[in-house]
Amino acid sequence: MKDKYANRAVSIIAIITILALVIVSRLVYIQVFAKEYKQFAEQNTRSKKTVIPTRGLILDRNAKRLVSNETVYDLVVVLKQTKEFDTTALCQILKVEKSYLRQKFAQFRAESRYYTPTVFLRELPAVVVARLQERKFDFRGFYVKARIGRRFEYPVAAHVLGYLGEVDQKEIEASDGYYELQNYIGKSGLEKQYEQVLRGKKGYEYTVVDKFNREIGSYANGEFDIAAEPGKNLTSTIDVDLQAYGELLMKNKIGAIVAIEPSTGEILAMVSSPTFDPTMLVGRKRSEFYPKISTDPNKPLYNRAITGMYPPGSTFKPIMALVGLQEGVITQNSRFPCHMGYTIPGLHVGCHSHVSNLNLIESIAQSCNSYYCHTFRNTIDQQKFADTEEGFQNWRNYMLRFGLGQRLGIDIPNEVSGIMPTVEKFDGVYGEGRWRSSYIISLAIGQAEISLTPLQMANMTAVIANRGYYYTPHLVKDPIINEVTRHNTGISEENFNIVVEGMAEVFRTGTARWYALPEIEQCGKTGTAENPHGEDHSNFIAFAPRQNPKIAIAVVVENGGFGATWAAPIASLMIEKYLTDTITRPHFEQKMLEKDFIHVADTSQVTPHAQ
Amino acid sequence: MRNSFWTHIDWALVLVYLVLVVFGVMNIYSAEHAEGISIFSGSLNSGQQIRWIIASLVLAVIVMLVDGRFFITFAYYFFAGMMLLLVLTYLTAPEIKGARSWLVLGGIRLGQTSEFAKFATVLALAKYLDGFNISLKQTQTRLVILGIIMLPVLLVLLQNDTGTAIVFFALALALFREGLPAWVIVLPVVLGAIFITVLLLGFVNMAIALSVILVLLVLLVLSFKLDRKIMWFSIVAVVVCIGFSYGVNYAFNNILKPHQRTRINVLIGLEDDIKGAGYNVHQSLITIGSGGLSGKGYLQGTQTRGDFVPEQTTDFIFCTIGEEFGLLGTASVVILFVFLFVRIILLAEKQKSRFARVYGYGIVSIMFCHFFLNIAMTLGLFPVIGIPLPFFSYGGSSLMGFTILLFIFIKLDASMKYYF
Repeated sequence: MKDKYANRAVSIIAIITILALVIVSRLVYIQVFAKEYKQFAEQNTRSKKTVIPTRGLILDRNAKRLVSNETVYDLVVVLKQTKEFDTTALCQILKVEKSYLRQKFAQFRAESRYYTPTVFLRELPAVVVARLQERKFDFRGFYVKARIGRRFEYPVAAHVLGYLGEVDQKEIEASDGYYELQNYIGKSGLEKQYEQVLRGKKGYEYTVVDKFNREIGSYANGEFDIAAEPGKNLTSTIDVDLQAYGELLMKNKIGAIVAIEPSTGEILAMVSSPTFDPTMLVGRKRSEFYPKISTDPNKPLYNRAITGMYPPGSTFKPIMALVGLQEGVITQNSRFPCHMGYTIPGLHVGCHSHVSNLNLIESIAQSCNSYYCHTFRNTIDQQKFADTEEGFQNWRNYMLRFGLGQRLGIDIPNEVSGIMPTVEKFDGVYGEGRWRSSYIISLAIGQAEISLTPLQMANMTAVIANRGYYYTPHLVKDPIINEVTRHNTGISEENFNIVVEGMAEVFRTGTARWYALPEIEQCGKTGTAENPHGEDHSNFIAFAPRQNPKIAIAVVVENGGFGATWAAPIASLMIEKYLTDTITRPHFEQKMLEKDFIHVADTSQVTPHAQ
Repeated sequence: MRNSFWTHIDWALVLVYLVLVVFGVMNIYSAEHAEGISIFSGSLNSGQQIRWIIASLVLAVIVMLVDGRFFITFAYYFFAGMMLLLVLTYLTAPEIKGARSWLVLGGIRLGQTSEFAKFATVLALAKYLDGFNISLKQTQTRLVILGIIMLPVLLVLLQNDTGTAIVFFALALALFREGLPAWVIVLPVVLGAIFITVLLLGFVNMAIALSVILVLLVLLVLSFKLDRKIMWFSIVAVVVCIGFSYGVNYAFNNILKPHQRTRINVLIGLEDDIKGAGYNVHQSLITIGSGGLSGKGYLQGTQTRGDFVPEQTTDFIFCTIGEEFGLLGTASVVILFVFLFVRIILLAEKQKSRFARVYGYGIVSIMFCHFFLNIAMTLGLFPVIGIPLPFFSYGGSSLMGFTILLFIFIKLDASMKYYF
């Protein structure tokens, strides 16, 4: 049945077709040409998850674990996901005050951390984790998050090992995008120095999420995932038993011990006292403990072994002797007079009473000040030098070759250079060309302007033990991550042997004769360093055995008085402990353990009269 | 003779129907992304939809077995019955998602009666136009037709189901075929264009623009000494337009509810609200757009699996096709629908009775309206009004309603061939 409007069928088909084409062209545009929807879809559904690898362990030189990993649980909160909840119940489970909760929530709001998971409470005990899991539906928006934390296997070597902490803004910025907020990073010691080795490399997993950000599968079958590389273990040069023994001996004393294996530069022990229990810097204990130790007047956080600066005092004399011998201003047989000191018009450097006209070996054994005043002046005032400045500069160059007055480059942060005065320094004090060797005579006996770190003292002892050279002292032996170089002093071995004989004599007839061991020939030198702030520092350097030395050690006991009283027995006990693993002189050990310089104002200076 | 009746059935239409329905349920299953649960599981929309498909096929067979004249004879009874059901629904229905469109008896959801009102309205319209000496030029005819359309529209509006109400106006397309002047269709389109322009430019700018056009027209007429009638007509037209613009402006700001205003603003690009009112469309565009040319593969859509698009088994089912089958899938669906519409039109033109022809055009109008507005909505070309995609969207009432709508036509067509 045709009618007069039949041709309208064509119009209607045209309308339908045109509108269908509108749809198809829109589809072609958004499905083929527009790229943004594909990107949006990726952003919508792809979640990038960071995989933090396990951190490398830190071992001692005998492969004993010093620092290992453990799983710890933090409570994180996503503010926007929280619903009204029973705050009293949560605070009870967590054992925190309500004010803590209020303060945290206020803080997160102020930082507008509404959508990011933010740590609410660290290091939950297992019981708390279990109780939270039971009631997780009551506390929506709160999640227990596992993380790898550090465990210190021994309560020692806190300064060497260092600790971890959350990255700060500066560290994030400096890391080229590696760290994100709430990541952990080594904050001091080996943990900081070898951060990149220990941390490994973060991995990334891409997962597909739904609109609530819940995971619903892996993205592209993990094709784009980057596997995390676990951190490498670090074998340190520390001998944990020696370290622990050193810390024991230094208990209740202020000072430092550094022990080095001379043939390699490996640090066997590095004690800074007072120290702290590194296990207390982990987790929840930290927030309570850290403020306490950081405000302690004895500065336990401060690593005296590399940042403490002490006048070496008489421990400096072997170095003086070596320079004198090498310069030819003295010989093994040179004798200088000493009548209770060194006296020239207008100047007197005191000495203790001993037989006068000592030779070189005796001068080391008896620690004669006068001998070294002569030697020092003769070294600087040599005819070959145009002026004092040149002579001094020549002397100073020797000091630099011993690693003094500069950073040795140990592989933990914050090492200081100590002080080795320069020509400019004295020009500044006295005026250019207007100072003489007599003006700076105190340097001869390791006093006045000179300051060394205990590490530098131990290192110069290692130079003597090696008869002329040292390897950069280091805590990690691994040529790939820590290159160690050999430094030569340019002083002949014969000269060293003379000085070594003198240092052996110290233990035989000299200032440390009480501490000789029948089986082990020790070589050492006492030092009693004057200190403008109080009692003299008790210093001692030593190495043993005399032939093929295995250990070179420096001990500083602040305000300990005579070097022979505290530093020398501690050094000798350490040597015995390291070389024989036994203590044959428990009475010395007992005395060291009982001595308390920190809690009692005990200044009893007994026995050896030596300098 | 019975056997030969089945050979008169237009199997092409039946085949397209089956393809759309089966593809639909596949996409519903995908949109629920329930791994390990069968498509047939009653706990899923897809399993439910399969039940509805079986029910629909049973209905289709029943329609096929009933005498074709039955629908002609009882057209008004169907209409009256459905209108009564609409009233009953309005009076008794609980509010579900803001609408009272579900007929619930004894706690059992029987269905959305408005879905069944469509075929009844088309039947009534066809029956009325099939009457002796009925012409759309007569004012009385127009009024009766307006009444037939407006009755379900008002009842559906009472149910607060605006989307479905709009669909009835699509019957203007069928009426156009029967002689309704073109302006009845063109005018709303023009008014719609003015509506959007007013919102985009603001009433004052719109009025200035229209005035400038008017002045230019008047100058044109005067300087070229054209028929003055054009000038007067232009003046009246522009004044009406300005009046309409003012009305739009007023209505938009004072009558529309804030959420409706927001939807319109988002649509015309005045607001970019991807977290709120624009969320559906934004995610819908992402879902379809990310499908690319060939899609991410069946059950592989990340957007679909992530449940980013609300109502994805019902109103936004087209997203699933777009994401998992890409442009090839979406274009195929569009082509299938266009084939369906054109085939019905061509068959309608061959009908011996005006009843069958009007009915054919009527169902094309309604299905096309659903098809176009639903897809336009998912593509951000039309506000989200919540009407299903025929044969695809999950929902028993919708599927059965469209099945009856289509198969009555197939029956009419087949019996026409059979009897004549």
